[in-house]
Amino acid sequence: MTLEKALFIVFAVIAIASALNILLQRNPMYGALSLIGTLLSLSALYLTVRAQFIAAIQIVVYAGAIMVLFIFVVMLLNVPKEQPQIEKQKGLRYLAIPFAGAMIAEMFFVLRSVPPRALPAVTSAIADQAVGTTWSIGVGLFTGYLLPFEVTSVLILMAVVGAMVLARREGD
Amino acid sequence: MRIVDCGTSNPQSAIRNPQLDMVPLSWYLAVSALLFTIGAVGVFIKRNAITIFLCIELMLNAVNLSFVSLSGFFGDVGGQLFVFIVMTVAAAEAAVGLAIIISVFRNRESLNVDEVDTLKL
Amino acid sequence: MTNLLLEWVIKTIVILLILVTAVAYVTLMERKVMAFIQMRVGPNRVGLGKFHLWGLMQPLADGLKMIFKEDIIPLQANRFLYIVAPALSLIPALMTFIVIPYGDKITIFGRTIEMHVTHMNVGLLYVLALTSVGVYGIVLAGWSSNNKYSLLGGLRSSAQMISYELALGLSIVSVLLYTGSLDLVEIVDAQAGFHGLGWNFFRYPLLILVFVIFYIASLAETNRTPFDLPEADSELVAGYHTEYSSMKFVMFQMAEYLNLITASSMATTLFFGGWNGPFAGRLPLLGPVYFTLKVLGLIFLAMWIRYTVPRFRYDQLMRFGWKFLLPASIVNVIISSTLILFWR
Repeated sequence: MTLEKALFIVFAVIAIASALNILLQRNPMYGALSLIGTLLSLSALYLTVRAQFIAAIQIVVYAGAIMVLFIFVVMLLNVPKEQPQIEKQKGLRYLAIPFAGAMIAEMFFVLRSVPPRALPAVTSAIADQAVGTTWSIGVGLFTGYLLPFEVTSVLILMAVVGAMVLARREGD
Repeated sequence: MRIVDCGTSNPQSAIRNPQLDMVPLSWYLAVSALLFTIGAVGVFIKRNAITIFLCIELMLNAVNLSFVSLSGFFGDVGGQLFVFIVMTVAAAEAAVGLAIIISVFRNRESLNVDEVDTLKL
Repeated sequence: MTNLLLEWVIKTIVILLILVTAVAYVTLMERKVMAFIQMRVGPNRVGLGKFHLWGLMQPLADGLKMIFKEDIIPLQANRFLYIVAPALSLIPALMTFIVIPYGDKITIFGRTIEMHVTHMNVGLLYVLALTSVGVYGIVLAGWSSNNKYSLLGGLRSSAQMISYELALGLSIVSVLLYTGSLDLVEIVDAQAGFHGLGWNFFRYPLLILVFVIFYIASLAETNRTPFDLPEADSELVAGYHTEYSSMKFVMFQMAEYLNLITASSMATTLFFGGWNGPFAGRLPLLGPVYFTLKVLGLIFLAMWIRYTVPRFRYDQLMRFGWKFLLPASIVNVIISSTLILFWR
């Protein structure tokens, strides 16, 4: 049990436990806080694969901006807790459990049937590259992946305009 | 795309991994699949619109974990670039989705998705 | 491996002890500076036993007073979040100090010790991430207190912090373009030329504008001075910490002063050369001295501004952040990148 495996297990357990907590909580504020816990532990997992830039960006963008937006909305709308009431579509709840079971069984099947030697060996030449650093991401973003980058900026512009139109009150 | 050469800038800033990765790749993919499953089940079970939205974000993050772990194991930076773009798309989608939720709440005073059914036959 | 771990633990403990003392004495400094600007004297009586120490034990007296106050939790408040929120505010404020370099290498007992706890190659992004996470303490404190004033104060404060984070990040990009690294240790090492006076502030004159933008944005981030409407005394009662008393209130105040020290430390590292100064290369202990002097100077500047300038109204604040500061920092990035393209 090396330090890397121990760290991986700690953060993976925190991520999965926080994710389960989203399902178990009725108050959406606690759900949002559990998701923040998941995001922070996922950021730690990214660090174990040496993806430093993505780990930092995950905290700045996801946990620091998107989730703050969620919490603002929960606070402003004063969202009530989920009341246990009669659902109109009972079937969906009973469909979820076998669906989850099928997905987990499929995952075990896939992971068990692929022997580790079938994956290309990670030679030291590959592992030695500066893949997770800001430099490599910058180079990739502005040379090979320039078109998605530009399209993303148009997407953000569309989102800004759309959000402003949707959230405007009538008569403003 | 592969970054083959460390390049001239910041060669000493790169964290060098002198040995092969000790945590098998399948563990990362297993965690990603579990998180995705939890998110999908949450979308089925939950009735509050904001909680459903949180579970969708959880699914996006599970996919991000897959991309990043594969990119780290195979030395291809394209995985991390794709994660970058997925995060941006998630931010845009969160903004618009929450604006929609606010509009729905203003009209109906309730966030229960079972009650948003006036278009049903 | 255990040697490295021990070194980290010892460095972290030393930094924590220094920080806690520093926060206490920054509060005293604030009161003295406020007093001298307002033509009076400030606390000058608190001593220790029969030693007349000219008010230097005032923070100790304040701390003891705060500990003995009654710790109230409002009846309708959300207990868990109410108790956790001050910690959520304090922990990120303390965590930023492990990436800042305080001096050059020193040699103790034959071991070379570097004067920073970790050498992260995304150190700058780490600090930005921690300022983003620090918003949660305020938001949750405002919401969990079950009080209209707290809620409004918390929302306004966090909206202000998010708005000025953008201008902060973009002004840092200008410095990054000149240095080429996100690593704070490398940024400081790059400013070591000219006998220790090769600071970014002097080498690239355009950075004066960037420093002004960075400083204004960090004042807004830390809820200080002209931007402290959400917690001003004559406004929303006391904003997000209305319902807090005793140690939880102390944690919020500590977090606020720690954020101020962080902002000054970042400004020193990015613009004023960190621990660089004349002869800092030869006498390694001079590095932390220079660093402390520069940080104290910037903290004094923040206090000077606080007691001179009236505060912004909230809509003026948001308009200033989005319509003036953000375009100004974007223009700065464009100008910096053009200059680098044509002069390097």
